[in-house]
Amino acid sequence: MAVPKRPPLPLILLANDLLDGDVVFRTASGGWTRDPADALIARDEATADRLESEAAATMRNNEVVDAYVVDVSVGADGAPTPNHFRERFKTLGPSNRPDLGKQAEFARRSPHVPL
Amino acid sequence: MYRYDEFDERFVRERVAQFRAQVTRRLEGSLTEDEFKPLRLKNGVYLQLHAYMLRIAIPYGTLNSRQLRQLAVIADKYDRGYGHFTTRQNIQFNWPKLRDIPDILELLADVEMHCIQTSGNCIRNVTSDHFAGAAADEIEDPRPTAELIRQWSSLHPEFDYLPRKFKIAVTGADHDRAATKAHDIGLRVQRHPDTHEIGYEVMVGGGLGRTPMIGKVVREFLPKKDLLAYLEAIMRVYNLEGRRDNKYKARVKILVHEIGAEEFTRRVEAEFARLDGASVNADPEEVARIAAYFAPPAFQTLPARSTKLEAYKAMNPAFARFVENNVTAHRAPGYAAVTVSLKEIGAAPGDITSDQLRAAADLTERFSFDEARISHHQNLVLPHVRQDDLFALWQALGAAGLATANVGLITDIIACPGLDYCALATARSIPIAQAIAKRFADEKRQALIGALGIKISGCINACGHHHVGHIGILGLEKNGVENYQITLGGDATEKAALGERLGPGIDGEDVPEAIERIVAVYLAERREGEVFIDAVRRLGLGPFKAAFQTLTGQEARHAAA
Repeated sequence: MAVPKRPPLPLILLANDLLDGDVVFRTASGGWTRDPADALIARDEATADRLESEAAATMRNNEVVDAYVVDVSVGADGAPTPNHFRERFKTLGPSNRPDLGKQAEFARRSPHVPL
Repeated sequence: MYRYDEFDERFVRERVAQFRAQVTRRLEGSLTEDEFKPLRLKNGVYLQLHAYMLRIAIPYGTLNSRQLRQLAVIADKYDRGYGHFTTRQNIQFNWPKLRDIPDILELLADVEMHCIQTSGNCIRNVTSDHFAGAAADEIEDPRPTAELIRQWSSLHPEFDYLPRKFKIAVTGADHDRAATKAHDIGLRVQRHPDTHEIGYEVMVGGGLGRTPMIGKVVREFLPKKDLLAYLEAIMRVYNLEGRRDNKYKARVKILVHEIGAEEFTRRVEAEFARLDGASVNADPEEVARIAAYFAPPAFQTLPARSTKLEAYKAMNPAFARFVENNVTAHRAPGYAAVTVSLKEIGAAPGDITSDQLRAAADLTERFSFDEARISHHQNLVLPHVRQDDLFALWQALGAAGLATANVGLITDIIACPGLDYCALATARSIPIAQAIAKRFADEKRQALIGALGIKISGCINACGHHHVGHIGILGLEKNGVENYQITLGGDATEKAALGERLGPGIDGEDVPEAIERIVAVYLAERREGEVFIDAVRRLGLGPFKAAFQTLTGQEARHAAA
């Protein structure tokens, strides 16, 4: 199978925490955060390379599962928002339950686009 | 209700201990995700969008109050205070932590429940008619058959690594409420036209998903005693010849389709003739032992009609509406089966809070001989309620937020979790269901429209059964946004049919208006007493397509402007 093409810059690395299943984001210090606003945003190819190699390494180390990079837009507040709606939901929580997920935990995040 | 024997109990406990050890090894790092994934899936643990998800089997949808209360305990202690009933009569928790799952499985084992075979390429939880043992039109309670299949198929070594998942449904009534023709194997209990002996009509190769098919009859009448040998013959043909080269062509429906129902039947009959039926079929004593667990409860001798019920109905229009929509005729005089709608306007279809689980447990104990059911429509059923008690039950349901009187109506929508939870989904389902329910919330209007089933799936895997919805909605991605295809004319009953597409996909925000236009055609064209699906059959798709195109045409003009 062909290696999937890396999404365009800027991008972030997200994953699910092994123990809890929670969505987590790679930080600049090489750790994981539950708050997408604290994610390291790769704006150049070198940082994107680093995130991709960390994705593979941290899955091998059994820190996280399902780690992959996604392209984002960076808001005026500097926080990244994934460009694809699937990952936007992943960084927010169920759209029918604003009381659950990251949208509740980190209230400063922009709400879901209503239907 | 079936009770675990010593063997069942030991088997489930051993399985919990095994999984606990597997989780420990995973967390210690001695199992990789690739090694662990098939093990967790064998115990109902998925990784979804936001968290792990645990799918718990509810065999043939039957539960008691103790089990309902335990589910409430799990929801509160290990999840976020709610669960979700699925179209396969299971319950799912959306937020469990991997480290807690062994403890959850232990709590389930305490009430004779588990998650075995709720995932993976095996024979899944056997589903059945939610009115089993209660329905007035029933030939025989299908649950002893379902339980027999459950015991035979649980960890059956020959069928533990099938080409793909395998779903069996059983119905014992004339009217098919178990969607048997949309299953890999559908069984319908029948009386032989000449001998009046009880047996099964056997259908194979139904299924929804990417390639929807209606099941084909492979045996018009199978004597009851031959059931397991015949099922084994079907499974052997499938296991050997089902396509393992392509995941999308691996279901038995593809095999039946590719070689034809006649040839498939010939191979099954040949295998059936070859195998040693006596060594496979259940011992009649064991069949009788299982059947005894499903003996009818001790119904009182009551008049067929309750004067008390009639008096309450006359006094209270809201109660009368509830009885009209949510209460079904029972085989025992003076009793009724009550469907508790989990489709409150604006709620996520099939979701239930821990408080509601506890309320349902109390009412199950008080009013329904300690028996409840989950329907594939994602509703709860109290199957054995005295008509005299219906008013008191309705009041208690109301206090728990469970008295929504919309069963079978346009707001009783089936919907999968969709992209709000599911990692496979391509679009959301729940907000579409909510938007439609809100649009049609008016009770008088719902009554005017009458029986109409909307079913929504958030991807082509069709967990929301959209192909067999009177109106089906399929959520897809198109150019980076959610897009919805509308189908019309599907039917999940004995008159099973697959819906046909009305036109191009539309935006989510336009779905309620599209439904509105479809309904308008029906209301304008229907004959006296003609329900929606019958009108669609008579009229064909033409007038509905034309009305739908006024919407999509308008959109195109709007976009061009």
